[in-house]
Amino acid sequence: MSEPSTTTIPSTSRSSSSAWCVCLLALALLAIAPGPAEAAERELRKVAIADPYLEMHTGPGRGFPIFHVVDRGESVEIVMQRTDWYQVRTDRGVEGWVDQAQMELTLKPDGSEVDFARATLEDFTNAKWEAGILAGDFGGANIISLYGGYSLNPHVSIEVWGSQILGNFSNGWMGSVNVVHETWPDWRFSPFFTLGAGVIHTSPKSTIIQGDDRTDQVGHVGAGLRIYATRRFVFRVEYKSYVVFTSRDENEEVAEWKAGFAFFF
Amino acid sequence: MESRVRVLFLITAVITLSGCAATKNLFGIGDDEAPPPTAEPPGQIIDPQVERREIKEPAIDREDFEVGAFAGIMNIEDFGSDAVYGVRIAYHVTEGFFVEATLGQSEASLTSFELLSGGARLFDDRTLTYYNLNLGYNVLPGEVFVGEGRAYNTNFYLIAGLGSTKFADDDRFTVNFGAGFRFLFTDSIAFHVDFRDHLFDIDILGREKTTHNLEGTIGMTVFF
Repeated sequence: MSEPSTTTIPSTSRSSSSAWCVCLLALALLAIAPGPAEAAERELRKVAIADPYLEMHTGPGRGFPIFHVVDRGESVEIVMQRTDWYQVRTDRGVEGWVDQAQMELTLKPDGSEVDFARATLEDFTNAKWEAGILAGDFGGANIISLYGGYSLNPHVSIEVWGSQILGNFSNGWMGSVNVVHETWPDWRFSPFFTLGAGVIHTSPKSTIIQGDDRTDQVGHVGAGLRIYATRRFVFRVEYKSYVVFTSRDENEEVAEWKAGFAFFF
Repeated sequence: MESRVRVLFLITAVITLSGCAATKNLFGIGDDEAPPPTAEPPGQIIDPQVERREIKEPAIDREDFEVGAFAGIMNIEDFGSDAVYGVRIAYHVTEGFFVEATLGQSEASLTSFELLSGGARLFDDRTLTYYNLNLGYNVLPGEVFVGEGRAYNTNFYLIAGLGSTKFADDDRFTVNFGAGFRFLFTDSIAFHVDFRDHLFDIDILGREKTTHNLEGTIGMTVFF
């Protein structure tokens, strides 16, 4: 009775081990061979050249020399985009950089025009999100600020600000929430008004004053200018008047001037 | 009267029969009699294919961000030179301009005064950390040639910005400027050599003065 069992055990174990081997091999093959998702990722956008020729530069910049020319009617694959330059690959495997102006004259495989999205003044007016960096003067101290904003509509947006204040006598940080109103959001130089509230934390410098850290509430009103520069780039200048609600008898008033840049997306 | 009944009969019969004809296909009885599918003109067969192609069109890979790490030597005025290391992230706005945020850390050695006095330290926490928000411009883009068959793209850039340095128990407003060289191994991997001057005010040695803190680093970055 024991004999068949001894013969069956190795046979089953052999079959299971071979099954494992097959599984491992399959896994290894799966790992090596590109999966459907990976294959889809490598699929590149193909465009046909409609201009008399397409000039390929050695780098993504105007100064880089043209080293290859592709004729009208041939097609190229777009490998990637950096700023306003596209890296393309010809059917023969030559890779080079083409500027946006020439790429806009290419056609899709079905013959329709290719739309290369480029931010415009219209996007400046209608973009939902914006983030930026500003620096300036906060009542005699230096201030560096970061902000993120969300537009409820072209006229009204909500912004969250975080700032670091670096003064001669004290340092600190400030966080606030602002409502911003733009009267003419479609103008290239778009003025705005702002209203907000937040918290300011100040700690005296270690070498000068022996004092306590303070955290107070602040409220502010302000006005400024958003200037559309290029692509997604915005210059921003603003003035804000703060009231710090201190625990002492008198509230403090601080004037702030800032300038910097922002992006919308 | 009789003819009226006959008419009624006929109407009922017609309605019932037409009802049967309608339900016939419903129960699969009339499969054989189903009308052949109307042949579409050849032009319409192509249309759906064109639409499908538009949906499948792959998005273009944008590589405007550059992220990486650097290490080197920083000379903190009056506090000797020490190793500095940090991380940086940059966004390329145009082929010329880019914005960059940098985070770095170094260690302050002893001043001559601290060495001579023997033991008396000006402050305990000797770590220097800084962050910067900078604007850079690729002023000299170009190529370098390695041997006969290889050419690599490079950029010589000027950079300046603002930030804060935490040193000797205080945050100090810092202006930095400098220049760097970006060497692109491939279109996505770059090697950097950077030289910066960090200016901040410090009053730890009696009176307030503006210090120049020079930093030289090398680093690697990846575009994504």
